[in-house]
Parts: sequence; C-alpha cells; structure tokens
Amino acid sequence: MTQPVLELRNVNKSFGPIDVLHDINLTVKAGEVLCLLGDNGAGKSTLIKTLAGVHKPTTGEIWMDGEQVSFEKPKDAADRGIATVHQFGGTFPLMSIGRSFFVGVEPVKKIGPFKIFDRKTANETAVKAVQEFGITRIDDGDRLIGGLSGGERQSLAIARAVHFGARVLILDEPTAALGVKQSSHVLRIILEARKRGLAVIFITHQVTHAMAVGDHFAVLIRGAVAANFMRGEKTREEITDLMAGGEALASLDTELEGYMETHEGHPPQPVA
Amino acid sequence: MTALSDFMRRPEAGSVLSLIAVIAFFVIFGGANIGNFLGAASWVNLAANLGIVAIPMGMLMIAGELDISIGAMIPAGSMTVAILSGYYELPILVGMAGALGLGVVVGLVNGILTVRTSVPSLIITLGTLVAMQGIVLSASVLLTGNASVALTAPVWTKAIFGQLIGGSYQIIILWWLAMTVVFVVIMHHTRYGNWIFAMGGDKVSARNAGIPTDRMTIFLFVLSAVAASFVGMCGAILFNSAQVSGGMNYIFNAVVSVVVGGVLLTGGFGSVWGIFFGTLTFAVVNQGIYFTQLDRNWSSLIIGVMLLAAVLVNNRFRAFALTASRKKPA
Repeated sequence: MTQPVLELRNVNKSFGPIDVLHDINLTVKAGEVLCLLGDNGAGKSTLIKTLAGVHKPTTGEIWMDGEQVSFEKPKDAADRGIATVHQFGGTFPLMSIGRSFFVGVEPVKKIGPFKIFDRKTANETAVKAVQEFGITRIDDGDRLIGGLSGGERQSLAIARAVHFGARVLILDEPTAALGVKQSSHVLRIILEARKRGLAVIFITHQVTHAMAVGDHFAVLIRGAVAANFMRGEKTREEITDLMAGGEALASLDTELEGYMETHEGHPPQPVA
Repeated sequence: MTALSDFMRRPEAGSVLSLIAVIAFFVIFGGANIGNFLGAASWVNLAANLGIVAIPMGMLMIAGELDISIGAMIPAGSMTVAILSGYYELPILVGMAGALGLGVVVGLVNGILTVRTSVPSLIITLGTLVAMQGIVLSASVLLTGNASVALTAPVWTKAIFGQLIGGSYQIIILWWLAMTVVFVVIMHHTRYGNWIFAMGGDKVSARNAGIPTDRMTIFLFVLSAVAASFVGMCGAILFNSAQVSGGMNYIFNAVVSVVVGGVLLTGGFGSVWGIFFGTLTFAVVNQGIYFTQLDRNWSSLIIGVMLLAAVLVNNRFRAFALTASRKKPA
C-alpha cells in the first residue's frame, strides 16, 4: 500500500457550541479521486475549509505524506500543495487569462532597474497549461475570464493549480452550475489530473458525476462520515438514499402515494 | 479590423471616443475656434489639477475602494504649507513636508480604518472629509485668526511647483503628465498593478493568492491623500495664498473623470490611460463652453449627459471585451 498524500484522523470542528464536524477519518492517495458526497449543510464546506487552512480543526490531526501538519492560514496549505478550486473557477472575471493565471506570482522581466510584468510569457504559459488539459479552444491569453464558459473556467482553474505544483486538488462542486456537456469536460479534466498522479477530492451532490470519476467515496451526513466505500461497492440508488439520510427518499415515495390517495389522485401543490 | 476591435476591447476606448465627441460637438454646434481652444491654458490647467487627484482615486476604485476625503485634503494641503511657511515663516521645506505628511497621516487613517473594519470606504472617507474640514477651519482660525493665509514661496520652489510656463500654463501640468506615465507603467506593466486589479475583482481570492491586500489598500489611500494635499500645496505656492474653502468640487469632478475614463465603479476594471482621457474630456467640457457661443450654464447639463452616455458606452464596450475573442484567420 502506498502512503496516503493526505489523511484526516478524528478531526472535529466546532464553532462555539455548535459541532460541525464529528470524528472525520478520511484518506486520499496520489492518483486517486475521492468523492465527497453530502446534502447541503452536511458540513462539506467546513471540511474543505479545514483542509485548505481556512479553519483549524478543534481536535484531531491532519497528516500529509506520513507527517503531521498544521495549517495556520490558507497560504500554509497552498505551500504544502493543497489547491482549492471553487464553483465558479476563475474569480477575476474582468482580468485576462494570462493575468489571472499568475495573480500573486507574476512573471517579470528586467528592463534596466525595473521589473516589468512579462505579459507574453504569462499568456503563453497560461494558454499552454490549459491546452495540455485538452481545452484547445482557449488560444488567446488576452481574453477576459468572464468571456469563458463555466467549464472552461473550471478547466483553467484546475490547470492553474496543477501548473503551480498542486498535489491535492480540492474541487468544490465544480459541476453544480454547469450543463451536461460542460460537466463532461470538467469530469474529463478530473481524470486527466488523476492520471498525472494528483490526489483529487471532488465535492459534489450529483451522484452520476461522482460515479463517473470516483475511486473512493465518502458520504457526509450532519458532519459525520456516514459511509466510506470503494468504487463498485454500492449502486447509485444506494448512494442517493444515503445522501438523503437513509430511508428518506423511499419513504417520500410512500408518503406521496398516501397523499394522492386521500386527495383525489392529485399530487401536493408545489409551494410557491 | 483587428486594430479597431482590439481598441474597442480596451477600458479607455469609451473615454477616447467621448473626448472626440465633445470636441466635435463644440466645433459643430458651438462654433468654437479649434485653434484658439487647443492653445488655451485654462482647460489644461484644470485637467492637470484634477488629473493628479483622479489617478489615485481611479486606482482605488479599481481596487474596489473609494476616497472622497480628497475634497478636504486639497485645502488642508494648501493651508498647512501656508500656515507653517507663511504665517510662522518656517523654511518652505518644513511647510511642504507638513502638507505632504498630513496627507500620509490622513491616508493612513482612511486605509487602516478600511482594512480593520467592515465599514465601506465611502462612509469612512466621508467621515474624514467632514472631520478634516473642521480641523482645517478651526486650526486656521485658532492659529492665525483668519480663514485665509498668505504665503511667499522662495524662487526655486515657485519654479518647481508654482510656475506659470509661457505666462499661463501651470507647471503642475508637467507633474500630471509625469505622474500619468509613472502610473501607467505601475498599473499595467508591473505585478503591483496586477495585484490592484485582482483586489478589485475578488479581495478574498486575492488575499488567498498571497497578495498583501491590506498593505496595498493602505498604500493606495495614502497615495490618494498625498496627491490631494500636493495639489493644494502647489496651488498655495502658485497663488501666494491659501483658503480654507474649496476642494469640494474636486470630489465629484474626479469621480466623473474616472467613470468617464472607463473605470468600473465596483472595481476590477479600468486603466490609467482611461482616467487620463476621462480627465481631459471633463476639462474640455468644463472650459470649452467659454470658447463657444453657448451659454456657460449649459456645461453642467453636457457633463451630466456625457457621464450617463459614457457609462452606457463603457458598459457596452465591457460586454464586448468579455465576449469578443480574436477571430482566427480562416
């Protein structure tokens, strides 16, 4: 067995009196996609933020490559190679591809005593990095991020993370706002990142997307890992039921039927 | 057509077109003698004084902040140099250091309050605006017993800060041009400029990317306050006196110039060239009216309409910049 890149051991997080995460134990290895599934409010975002160094665990340990680590600020996690890509990918819609790719680490060339932003290098590097991920439609580094499609933005953000040496890629609902075709682009890029040996943590509540790329699944319910299983061990229906809190969906079916019987056959009106 | 479409994608496109439009308007409808007008100093002087406060204001706006305390910092700068070096007859260098130092202090207050609290910088600088007006008026009356103070600056100081070149062009025009070039380079060709754009786009992401957003914000506020007191200081040296009042017009005029110049009010988009052309456009409308047969009272109307038109055009161009990509040759 190879050593996990990132491991959480009995991580708890509470904000004041409110416990958000309970005894989370998770591991992710290089070249593996861990899908983190859970309904809204299950604690997914808190978990991501803990991994990304935004929050510190109240108790419990985070291990990377066999040694215990502690993140005081997001920069510490980033320096360790943990990169988070958020739902909307590029966050600077009015900046060019080349400029936003290098925010904070701008390439410069020296002209006399001055350090001048090297736009050409920035654009070329950014375009090359994203094209290597198969997005060949991006060919002009001067284009503004806001002009890209949602899938292209996600791809660019992932390419950026990989370019800057990310080893653990945390994707926060990358497909939530995307159409079918755009989503498949992003899923393909996740597979490409896995092929390059990254550890990917893919947060989603779309079971189909998780099943398409995941090696390893964890379902989060009310801040605890309710299930932790490998690819092929559970069916889609089982996972969906788990996410919805066990029997909830099945009982909803019976509830609906019961309602229709007592109300002359029409289903409940949706609440306006 | 690539050149044209590349131009339209730039933030300053709208302001260049506005400038052409207002000059054309005056020539066609006002019967302005273009030769007289272009040679006149009045609008260049106005543009230079306004431009020096408009550039930092625009940079702050690109970073997602706003500083309206400049309206009090201009008289504060001129009163400080006049009280120190005019009334108390201290060396002029002390007076100038006092004026610019006051700018640093007020800029630090604005900047630190902005990064330490969640209060919008518009409100914070509104507070410092009013407070500084009070301080300047009380201090002036308390110290000199007057609201207007005379200042006789040495020859070398006048030559650098308060000279009239060719009898009518203020030397501050050269300061303005130099400042424009310096900040075009900083804003568009160094990493610091990139940081400012990133801060205006998304401050949290910018901070996570390792940009010292707090220090940058404070620096921009200091720059803005120092620029405003510099304009006041130069005015006092040029006119040999300083008044407590004045400066309030600069707030709105600078905002108009910056917005006409294509800077997005909510931050993240704009250019120093745009601010430059926006300031020129404003000055042309404000002063150009005197060169036409039009009644001068119309100039505010023109500025108002121009502001609205420029914002609409800039929005249009920004949408264009977002969607347009260079077409590959077929």
